[in-house]
Amino acid sequence: MPSIIDVRHVHKAFGGLKVINDCSIQVEKGSITGLIGPNGAGKSTLFNIMAGALPLDSGQVLLDGEDITNRPANELFHKGLLRTFQIAHEFSHMTALENLMMVPPRQAGENLFDAWLKPGLVRREEAAVRRRALEVVDFIGLHHVRNELAGNLSGGQKKLLELGRTMMTDARVVLLDEIAAGVNRTLLGDLVSNIERLNREMGYTFLVIEHDMEMIARLCDPVIVLAQGSVMVEGSIEEIQNNPQVIEAYFGSNAA
Amino acid sequence: MNELVFFINNVIVAGSVSGSIYAIGAIGVTLVFSIMRFAHFAHADMMTFGAFMVLLLTMAFPGVGGVVGLPTPVVMLPLAIVLTALLAVGIDKAFYKPLRAHGVKPIVMVIGSLGVTLMLQGLIRLFSGTSAQNLYLAGERKEIYRLEVPFELATRPITITEPQIILFILTIVSVVGLHLFLNRTRLGKAMRAMSDNPDLARSSGINTNHIVAVTWVIAGGLAAIAGTLLSLDVTFKPDLSFFLLLPIFAAAIVGGVGHPYGAIAGGFVVGFAETLAVFNWSVLLRPFRDSLPEWLAQAGNLAFVGTEYKIVVPFFILVAILVWRPTGLFKGKVI
Repeated sequence: MPSIIDVRHVHKAFGGLKVINDCSIQVEKGSITGLIGPNGAGKSTLFNIMAGALPLDSGQVLLDGEDITNRPANELFHKGLLRTFQIAHEFSHMTALENLMMVPPRQAGENLFDAWLKPGLVRREEAAVRRRALEVVDFIGLHHVRNELAGNLSGGQKKLLELGRTMMTDARVVLLDEIAAGVNRTLLGDLVSNIERLNREMGYTFLVIEHDMEMIARLCDPVIVLAQGSVMVEGSIEEIQNNPQVIEAYFGSNAA
Repeated sequence: MNELVFFINNVIVAGSVSGSIYAIGAIGVTLVFSIMRFAHFAHADMMTFGAFMVLLLTMAFPGVGGVVGLPTPVVMLPLAIVLTALLAVGIDKAFYKPLRAHGVKPIVMVIGSLGVTLMLQGLIRLFSGTSAQNLYLAGERKEIYRLEVPFELATRPITITEPQIILFILTIVSVVGLHLFLNRTRLGKAMRAMSDNPDLARSSGINTNHIVAVTWVIAGGLAAIAGTLLSLDVTFKPDLSFFLLLPIFAAAIVGGVGHPYGAIAGGFVVGFAETLAVFNWSVLLRPFRDSLPEWLAQAGNLAFVGTEYKIVVPFFILVAILVWRPTGLFKGKVI
């Protein structure tokens, strides 16, 4: 299988602290790949590097063979690489629906001149975006709160909104950063089935950071274990769970 | 009745004039703050720059306005708006963008903008000289309209000048235009999104560099309008910004920094507070002289502060707002 994301020998240090140390990972096209590791392993830093939110010190990141090293996040968005945030981000002064409607790229209204010169075109596109946003709020089960300000939604609903945002445009790869943290069990079930549906029906590739092992076990294959800034092991969830190195990294040397 | 006309001329008209100028200036300050999160001190000098561009263009093409029946400086204003917008974008590219790229703290940006203030002032002074100059050149003069009040007792007219009328029209147009832009266009919404959460905006595919440039274009354009109309109303001076900086920042803070509608309200609050504070109230008491106690009837000047101390008014408002309502009349921070 070809890899859609190819991280090659990436290094990143904050001052004297080496957070990512010669890290190379591949994500297969069409897979739901898990990324786990103890706190401080560098998972979120690696995410931020891939998503263009953080410059790397050395190394290379490829998206479907194209070099995207240090490209800004908005450019990666238009190439189909989307991410969610560990701490849910939202435009707090807009409604849930408006939050979703902010997403779709390359519309006529974005250009200052088109907005005045081609009002008909802008209005048609705006209507199309609204239709899609309404479909998405249904899909993620937020229909009843669509006109609430996003800042007033619960933590779990904000996480769903994060997932919904990735559905507004045709993504190729979605990086999910602890999407399940702080979400209650019922909502979590919805979230997992939504991710599976997107993967199956719309061909999204997912790379998932998660601490919830149950969710990893249900969703992800393969799973990559990160420790001290580089890959420790990679394999199916069963292989990972029985790997003595992993057990040691998670529970300390005494546990094994 | 004449006393009431005097009040209208000196408070209502004068307050609306200052209020409009402060409001347009404060919108720029507040927009820059909400997008880039720093207080842009050079804003008042961009206003001076806009007026200076009008002066230069009027000197270069004297009498052009006669063709369309408007004062030449007003005809030159659109060009000055473009030039000032370009200046604003250029200053950002040259001075603020490198600082942003290094991720400096907002206070460093503020100090950088103070440097830009001094530089712009020096530059304008270098070319314009230090004296005040009238924008009406080559035999053009300020049109003054006298509106007769339809009451028998009123012998004096309400006076309003042509630049004042143009100022009111442009203020309304700018405010309505800005409102439509922020709420109806995707670019305006993207601007609101960026002021709310820049990381998420980028991850939603919004080109934040583009938004920053648009913000400077709007701020620069509005600065040129306010600076030019103030210079038309009085005269052009290279140190115009000294008298504008404090009231504009006071207006932005009164309205809640980062809140454009608040900036408009704040501008008028500061403008009217200034004119009310320097207004001589004894004029209004004159008709009731007979029924007033002697000490009040005899008072010749009942203004709260002397005209020469007008600048303390916004300062006082600023302190009062910061003490009693630090977030401003409207809750600020996000467009």
